[in-house]
Amino acid sequence: MSMGMVFALMGAALATALPGVGSAWGVGIAGQAAAGVVSEDPDQFAKVLLLQLLPGTQGIYGLLVTFITLSQIGILGGNPVTDTATGMLYLFACLPIAIVGLISAYHQGRTSVASIGLVAKKPDQFGKAMLFPAMVETYAILALLISILAVTGI
Amino acid sequence: MNDLQYVYAVARIRVKEKSLLTDADVRSMAAMKDEKEILAFLADRGWGNSDPGQTGDEMLAAEDEKTMALMKELKVDPKIFDVLAYPNLYHNLKAAIKETCTTDAPQHLYYAVDGYGEEQMRRIVSEKDWAALPEHMREAAAQAMDVMLTVHDGQRCDVIVDRACLDACEAAGQKSKNRLLREYEESTVAVTDIKIAVRAQKTGKSLAFLKEALAPCRSLDVRLLAAAASKDEASLMDYLEDHGFREAAEALKESPSAFERWCDNRVIDTIMPQKTNSISAGPIVAFYLARQNEIKTVRIILTAKSNGFTEDDIRERVRKMYG
Repeated sequence: MSMGMVFALMGAALATALPGVGSAWGVGIAGQAAAGVVSEDPDQFAKVLLLQLLPGTQGIYGLLVTFITLSQIGILGGNPVTDTATGMLYLFACLPIAIVGLISAYHQGRTSVASIGLVAKKPDQFGKAMLFPAMVETYAILALLISILAVTGI
Repeated sequence: MNDLQYVYAVARIRVKEKSLLTDADVRSMAAMKDEKEILAFLADRGWGNSDPGQTGDEMLAAEDEKTMALMKELKVDPKIFDVLAYPNLYHNLKAAIKETCTTDAPQHLYYAVDGYGEEQMRRIVSEKDWAALPEHMREAAAQAMDVMLTVHDGQRCDVIVDRACLDACEAAGQKSKNRLLREYEESTVAVTDIKIAVRAQKTGKSLAFLKEALAPCRSLDVRLLAAAASKDEASLMDYLEDHGFREAAEALKESPSAFERWCDNRVIDTIMPQKTNSISAGPIVAFYLARQNEIKTVRIILTAKSNGFTEDDIRERVRKMYG
């Protein structure tokens, strides 16, 4: 296997691993808060479940970038990477979603916890509570777009 | 326990906060015609036990128990509650010393404190087993007991024990990793020092008394406070106004009950920022303190109603609510 292939696979792996770690942390901590609310007020289950799920999207974005990368570098399709420079290009193309996915999932998890607290006290403010963690999502989407454009443009 | 482990507990507390009494609830209770109507209002809000004939004291005791049970269930660091229980612990010490050193029939009320309740404290004091007390209490306990046995000075005994309590609160607050506890203890000690200075000034106590009674803390220069309080009322007011306690001076000018209300409200203000904190033990401790404040406020209203106070009199005495 060429060094280029090693770098390309490293990029694909990071695109799934780092946002996955962030999402697991975010969904986990928001889940603890959601469980706390439901233990006192079971009627809020649907609302807090939605808020809990928000930090989980980064893991999905990372997975998507990994699939696209694998389908281009000869693993699921496309031509195998033979030179180091192309491998490095795939690695760097995967980094936006890998890094931004990790950090945004962490912060979205914390924001979801705060929003779950808001829903706990004022269930009628659910719409506004959804917007706060959704704002963090913007940056994960931007990173996803750049990674997809970069990977498909190589 | 690290802060992140409180996420579940804080979320539960957020739901519980909905059932806290608000300022509007307190105003409504103040306007009610008698104690019975207030008890019915509180029972509708889920206060007390299921007994329809419960008295006010029974209802408040039941609420206190519910709060403590919730705190145990949420597994908050017990060290935090140990510190919050210092005033009750020192109160029990004072009660046991006075009971042991006087021939009067026992009439001191004791608080339920784990390991230092009525029976345990009586035994410790009667056997002078100071080693059984927490380290911060030992010296004050021996000194207060000595004062009671030699000169039978109950007031001096109170000063020694109360000062030791304030010193212990300040030291525990400074050592604590919990920010709320640090700020709460600092605020409590400062407010108590001001209360002592005001009472000492009104009763003409000496500078030596004030120096012994006032506990040093971060937000007050107790030497200046003692000097001002031992001089005259105007000097004390000037000190308060010049050192960030203008509201205390204004409340004092208004009435003694307005000043007492300011003291409690100042402490409640310390916990208010916890309403926006999601990840730490702070909101849980704030909820506990808010419940204590509620119980105290309801007790004031019930006592005032049973003694025929007017609605305006009661409003002047009730505290700010966290809910």
